[in-house]
Amino acid sequence: MEAAPKPGSGARVKAQGKKQKPRRYWEGETDGASSLSSNSFTTPAPPRGTKRKGEDLLQPRGAKVPKRSKQIQALKSNQNQKHLRSKQNQNHLRLKKDLRPNHKQELRPSGTLSGAQDPFPGPAPVSENAVNKFRRGSSKFVKKHHLKLVTEHKLKAAADEEEETSVRAARAELLLSEEPGFLEGEDGEDTATIRQSDIVEAVDISSAAKHFDLNLYQFGPYRLNYSRTGRHLALGGRRGHVATFDWITKKLMCEINVMEAVRDIRFLHSETLFAVAQKRWLHVYDNQGIELHCVRRCDRITRLEFLPFHFLLATASETGFLTYLDVSVGKIVASLTARAGRLDVMTQNPHNAVIHLGHSNGTVSLWCPAMKEPLVKILCHRGGVRAVAVDSSGTYMATSGLDHQVKIFDLRGKYQPLTSRALPQGAGHLAFSQRGLLAGGMGDVVNIWRGQGQGSFPSFDQPYLTHRLRGHVHGLQFCPFEDVLGAGHSRGFTSILVPGAGEPNFDGLQSNPYRSRKQRQEWEVKALMEKIPAELIDLDPRNLGEIDVISLEQKKKERIERLGFDPEAKALFQPKQKKKGRSSAANLVKRKTKVKDQEHREKVRQSLQQHQEQQQKKKKKLRTPPSPGSRPSALDRFKR
Amino acid sequence: MKVKMLSRNPDHYVRETKLDLQRVPRNYDPALHPFEVPREYTRALNAVKLERVFAKPFLTSLDGHRDGVNCMAKHPKSLSTVLSGACDGEVRIWNLTKRECIRTLQAHEGFVRGMCAHFCGTSFFTVGDDKTVKQWKMDGPEYGEEEEPLHTILGKTVYTGIDHHWKKDIFATCGQQVDIWDEQRTSPICSMTWGLDSISSVKFNPIETNILGSCASDRNIVLYDMRQATPLKKVILDMRTNTLCWNPMEAFIFTAANEDYNLYTFDMRSLDEPVKVHVDHVSAVLDVDYSPTGKEFVSASFDKSIRIFPIDRIHSREVYHTKRMQHVISVKWTSDSKYILCGSDEMNIRLWKANASEKLGVLTSREKAALNYNQKLKEKFKYHPQISRIARHRHLPKTIYSQIKEQRIMKEARQRKEMNRIKHSKPGSIPFVPEKKKHIVAVVK
Repeated sequence: MEAAPKPGSGARVKAQGKKQKPRRYWEGETDGASSLSSNSFTTPAPPRGTKRKGEDLLQPRGAKVPKRSKQIQALKSNQNQKHLRSKQNQNHLRLKKDLRPNHKQELRPSGTLSGAQDPFPGPAPVSENAVNKFRRGSSKFVKKHHLKLVTEHKLKAAADEEEETSVRAARAELLLSEEPGFLEGEDGEDTATIRQSDIVEAVDISSAAKHFDLNLYQFGPYRLNYSRTGRHLALGGRRGHVATFDWITKKLMCEINVMEAVRDIRFLHSETLFAVAQKRWLHVYDNQGIELHCVRRCDRITRLEFLPFHFLLATASETGFLTYLDVSVGKIVASLTARAGRLDVMTQNPHNAVIHLGHSNGTVSLWCPAMKEPLVKILCHRGGVRAVAVDSSGTYMATSGLDHQVKIFDLRGKYQPLTSRALPQGAGHLAFSQRGLLAGGMGDVVNIWRGQGQGSFPSFDQPYLTHRLRGHVHGLQFCPFEDVLGAGHSRGFTSILVPGAGEPNFDGLQSNPYRSRKQRQEWEVKALMEKIPAELIDLDPRNLGEIDVISLEQKKKERIERLGFDPEAKALFQPKQKKKGRSSAANLVKRKTKVKDQEHREKVRQSLQQHQEQQQKKKKKLRTPPSPGSRPSALDRFKR
Repeated sequence: MKVKMLSRNPDHYVRETKLDLQRVPRNYDPALHPFEVPREYTRALNAVKLERVFAKPFLTSLDGHRDGVNCMAKHPKSLSTVLSGACDGEVRIWNLTKRECIRTLQAHEGFVRGMCAHFCGTSFFTVGDDKTVKQWKMDGPEYGEEEEPLHTILGKTVYTGIDHHWKKDIFATCGQQVDIWDEQRTSPICSMTWGLDSISSVKFNPIETNILGSCASDRNIVLYDMRQATPLKKVILDMRTNTLCWNPMEAFIFTAANEDYNLYTFDMRSLDEPVKVHVDHVSAVLDVDYSPTGKEFVSASFDKSIRIFPIDRIHSREVYHTKRMQHVISVKWTSDSKYILCGSDEMNIRLWKANASEKLGVLTSREKAALNYNQKLKEKFKYHPQISRIARHRHLPKTIYSQIKEQRIMKEARQRKEMNRIKHSKPGSIPFVPEKKKHIVAVVK
């Protein structure tokens, strides 16, 4: 068992394993031949290069190596593959713009005055995948309908600009300093059998210190909340114990007993304020434990959720109300009634700030403050919904119900279950991590599932990690920007190490775990300045940047009504007057009908094509088997 | 088992001493920056609000004249110097950085009708109601010397305007006819007329320097070529044109300030239809001047306001007015394109910022970056109703506000009447005349 090398040592290995030192400009043409033979890897001669590539590809796979140097080999192979990838990019994926300077280079007679050549001509290549991550969806300009020439030019320029920024952002990824964590078993070893103590033994001291257990058997069970930077932790025990502390340095900020039942606890925008849902009302405390507000309009709150960009505190109450409280001005923005009894399952979609409520009839409803009715209602379970969680990209929703099922839903439009699994006890708590790991709390056991690749939903075939707590789970949350899962239970709080859970590279201006007080204050001002109005919450937050087609059409209609004619309509075909008697009445009619028929034919052709496409789609639908997540129902036979 | 945990070394993220800059690692992954569009929208909204908050264009008022300021001239070499002539025949030279008058001279009896500077900035010319053209030294008289013009030409009729050639020692005056003078002679090289009416202004083209334009009170705008003895062509409009100004960047384009509240931008090559009709003033437009970029111009009007128009827009982007400013007679855009000067009836010259919310003085690079970012955001979201509403909002004096309303009603009534006429007469008998062509009576060559 070995720990993976730290970044520093990795760099050393890299330096050793690298044989691709570029030829420097002072190495003249004369000794170029020798250097060419020694490191043919970098010389631009294509046939040798390609040959070498093939060798590299084969080597790490076939070669059996002693265990000790396995890592180094693995690293090496990694490098080789990386290099290979970059070479491929140079050949195939190099973007169009990048091609030009390279071409110029070839045309030039023989480099610069000194005879030296740039070993890496042209801009650095970037892979299409890396660029795709930064594309906003509309970076390719596609002309859908007739546009004015000026508009077309503008749109094209905007698209080009966006493409360029994406490429630049992808290039800048190279500067990210941290790599995500991981956990791999030996051959055939199941990672779920690895215990926390094993991980603690294997990792460095500072990481090992992140696993700890708070023995708080008096006032449990505990709810918990990490602050947005992942630096601070708030704990709220059912029997009134409230504490916040910097969990990395273990420095206590405040500890009080509110002498009342505590249902939920949540940090507001920064660690200086937190809200506690107590027996009757909602209370807001500051970091010294001083009660700042008691919000009596929010009573009998069961769950709290804070929308950081809107400064809204969403509260779900026993009486069935979903109330949005704007914490920057202290006003209630909206109070919605779900008409579904007691609400005690709530989560937010961090991608679009829509609130998901789980109900006792097995539905999950999606809410925004501007609408009195739910945006979407999804029937998820037979029986009540016990827990809901949404991943950070807003793509997947995990639910668990009283029917002991755990399901993953696609939130991108169809709200269909992607996968499901029956668990012996059913999960009472669910939480997604930043990198898409799913944690489920079942009794006193916490299971963590992992997806196959980046951006895929977790598969329930086998847990990635399991951990047994000393008490029953009462709250679960992954710590942002750390490989840590916090679990509040009936006998205290446990911090569990989950390698690969957290996002390794934080953005210093967004949520910086290491920010100073001044930085936090500055950030707070900026954040308040750009508080998004509550009415902008929508299923797709990008809608705001799109063209408002509905009102555009309305305007057009009104204009036509006002003018009495359509100024943009196509003018009727008027045949030209021709000389020498060719413009007889019969001839004119003939020419008119010809044009008319052509237009008609075009229309018919288009409609036929559409019809065919629809039919093909229908056939495809019939052919595809029902989605794997759902069992065939007896009621299927009545489907039309 | 192989395991790696995220373990950051705080030394890489926290500055070493208080004297260092804070370390701010960036990650541009869109997943870490949710709500991109709504946040940008909010920023744009804030930016546009701040723009309105900071829109304080009025800088200073230069007082000292004892009668209305009738004409102004820019110094061709010095940004801080400006000349003004008043209705009592007094000419003052101002220093704009010190905001004070540096020289006063009694140039004429009666009005100073026009003034212009020599292109090298050593002297300037004035014309007045006393039928004289006078050339003055730009610098004041030496100690013991008397304030006297370099040359004085006594003409037969009153001169109403003057402009200097941009490259040669030639100037043109207008009155009963357009005269072209050599500086060394006391009689005109040539004089041109077309019609019998008095000509109110004459302007040399700054690029095609041999071309002149003039406007007369018989409603026409006449173009001349200095190289030939007769005028080139003229266009007759609905009402009288007060002044015109050539675009300093596009040789063919000029803008005419008209009595019918509009400004007309013409292409010299085709006068039968203006390139753009600029509306928004509610009274006669008295003066117009282009920005040195050639993208915008400023107009002064009898309705006690000045407006800034982009050349390709019908409506103005900005209107300036103050409680005390009366009918604005002359206006100039300074050569650094940052300021606007206007001289008005109540004896003051006012200095305005061309960009109302601009911060004066040196900007730090961060300020500049923030301004650029905000500018881009405003541009991106300018069609959103909230943002366009705030960006468009201007406070207007009640008189102008009510006049705008009134005129809108009148225009609608005219349009309705025309529509009804078309509707109820034989199809094709009433031709549809576009708004641009309505004001052009004829073009004569």
